[in-house]
Amino acid sequence: MAKKPSTLINMLVALLVIAAVSGGVLGLVYGVTKDTIAQVDQKKNEAAIQAVLPLEGEITYKADTMQFSYEGVNTTFPCNLAFDANGNFQGAAVKTSEGGFGGKIDMMVGFLADGTIKGTSVLSHAETPGLGANMTGKFKDQFVDKNPNNFKLIVKKDGGDVDAITAATITSRAFSKAVDKAYQAFMANKAQFMNNAPAKEEAPVMEATPIEENNETEGGQSNE
Amino acid sequence: MKYLIIILSTILVNNVIFSQFLGICPFLGTSKKTSTALGMGAAVIFVLTLATLVTWLTNQYILIPLKLTFLQTIAFILIIAALVQMVEIILKKISPSLYTALGVFLPLITTNCAVLGVSLTVVTKEFNYGGVAHMLSLGESIVYAVGIALGFAMALVIFAGIREHIDLMEPPKGMKGTPIALITAGILALAFMGFTGIV
Amino acid sequence: MSKNLQTFTKGLIKENPILVLLLGCCPTLATTTSAINGMSMGLATTFVLVLSNIFISLLKGFIPDKVRIPCFIVVIASFVTVVQLVMQAYVPDIYETLGLFIPLIVVNCIVLGRAEAFASKNPVWPSLLDGLGMGLGFTLALTLLGCIREFLGSGSIFGFGILPETANILVFILPPGAFICLGFVIAIVNKLKKESH
Repeated sequence: MAKKPSTLINMLVALLVIAAVSGGVLGLVYGVTKDTIAQVDQKKNEAAIQAVLPLEGEITYKADTMQFSYEGVNTTFPCNLAFDANGNFQGAAVKTSEGGFGGKIDMMVGFLADGTIKGTSVLSHAETPGLGANMTGKFKDQFVDKNPNNFKLIVKKDGGDVDAITAATITSRAFSKAVDKAYQAFMANKAQFMNNAPAKEEAPVMEATPIEENNETEGGQSNE
Repeated sequence: MKYLIIILSTILVNNVIFSQFLGICPFLGTSKKTSTALGMGAAVIFVLTLATLVTWLTNQYILIPLKLTFLQTIAFILIIAALVQMVEIILKKISPSLYTALGVFLPLITTNCAVLGVSLTVVTKEFNYGGVAHMLSLGESIVYAVGIALGFAMALVIFAGIREHIDLMEPPKGMKGTPIALITAGILALAFMGFTGIV
Repeated sequence: MSKNLQTFTKGLIKENPILVLLLGCCPTLATTTSAINGMSMGLATTFVLVLSNIFISLLKGFIPDKVRIPCFIVVIASFVTVVQLVMQAYVPDIYETLGLFIPLIVVNCIVLGRAEAFASKNPVWPSLLDGLGMGLGFTLALTLLGCIREFLGSGSIFGFGILPETANILVFILPPGAFICLGFVIAIVNKLKKESH
């Protein structure tokens, strides 16, 4: 190409015009995709709730947060509370996280009202493929339908009940700890949820041991 | 203590070359001689730290308040390009000796993806240093950047040392040059995997 | 026409950006843990490469010589951000796997290299073909590497299991495997090149 001579003015004009046009175009694309991106996050959230807390019947979910001080660190756990048609508290899907091997592991854990784990789902992680990343497979299924009351959320090597992933003990520990965090936060906060039904006047009876209707667990779908 | 963990993890465990794959082009390109490798390493330490400081501040005080975080990529690369140019001009004026040592490497750094990669990482990713997951503060980001740059320089110098020896060997014909260098890098990466889990 | 065809095909094999020119190594090593990841990365890069080549070729008369590099970078970075936003909205899973390497297309040497070496000197149509050829060559190399690493490391190709789990050589989907695999592939290409001469 014939090189265009550079003067201060045409350099300024060229840079400004290109920057302005690109800024405009990006603003436009951002405007178009913004809602879809937000929807994607929301859908992912909903899918995760369904995966960790599969309940039958007419269930309404209500977003909430729990405060809990775990090992001296005060943490906020976002959660979704599940109520049946009569406004009885059925359980909650709790978001939790813990530092794993390659970075933070973000998870969601579903609990029934009595504290039984209904399912776990990894929302995002940076564990090693083929090792720690295998937590999204068989490993996480061992938590399904266990009550931490009689199922110690510590890997067997450290004296608990969790079968660690071969060659990925750190990931297994982090996963178990994240579940434990969510469990303790849930147990400490659930009393207040019982009286927190949406719309309905009173949530009756505490000992709301829910009947486990669906025995075929759906918690096992992995995304690998 | 927290800073020590960041430094250790960035230099050894999450080494920028061997586990994050950032800055491979200059890694392969400037590792033929140890002296070149030292020069490039020093230039990267300098620019990476400076760039992280400026981009972190830009993100925190300009992009976030204006809700323009989707422009991070474009803003950061322009800042880095301008910064590199400025450093070059200033260095030429103030310290000609340093300029002659680092000068040739500076233009190459704009397209070193470690620089853009680190400045994007520290403002988008949550880290777990010190037990709680959080976005890095300015101080932590700087330490992170310094650690990454030191890790880069170290990897580069080690690799250059090995390559000087490989040049004296007679590998199979097709393996000469880049392939044998890549395989060497792979073996080094294996060695670095031994550090995983120490922090 | 045959010249145009040549412009297109040279990127595929003879001047393949990765296997021959050794440009853009970072995404090559980082995103080829599986065939599908490698291919997605290649296609995202192709998209940016084609569009930036077209626009830089169109703008070449408008951009003064001294500020051409900053202008190129703005154009490229804009397209990268477009890709980033679109992928985030419509293929969020792939976006998350590729992560940081999508914004890093900006500093991929291939993109700026083609802008400077080809698009700024040639008309629109050849620039488009050049971008497409180079981009597909890049995609091809990434998919090939992805296939090899996925096959050796997790016993499958494009997610279809072939080998039993016990036959997996895990190291191939870990970082060291990336270097070693690329080294061997380039060695084989070198050998083939010498024999065809």
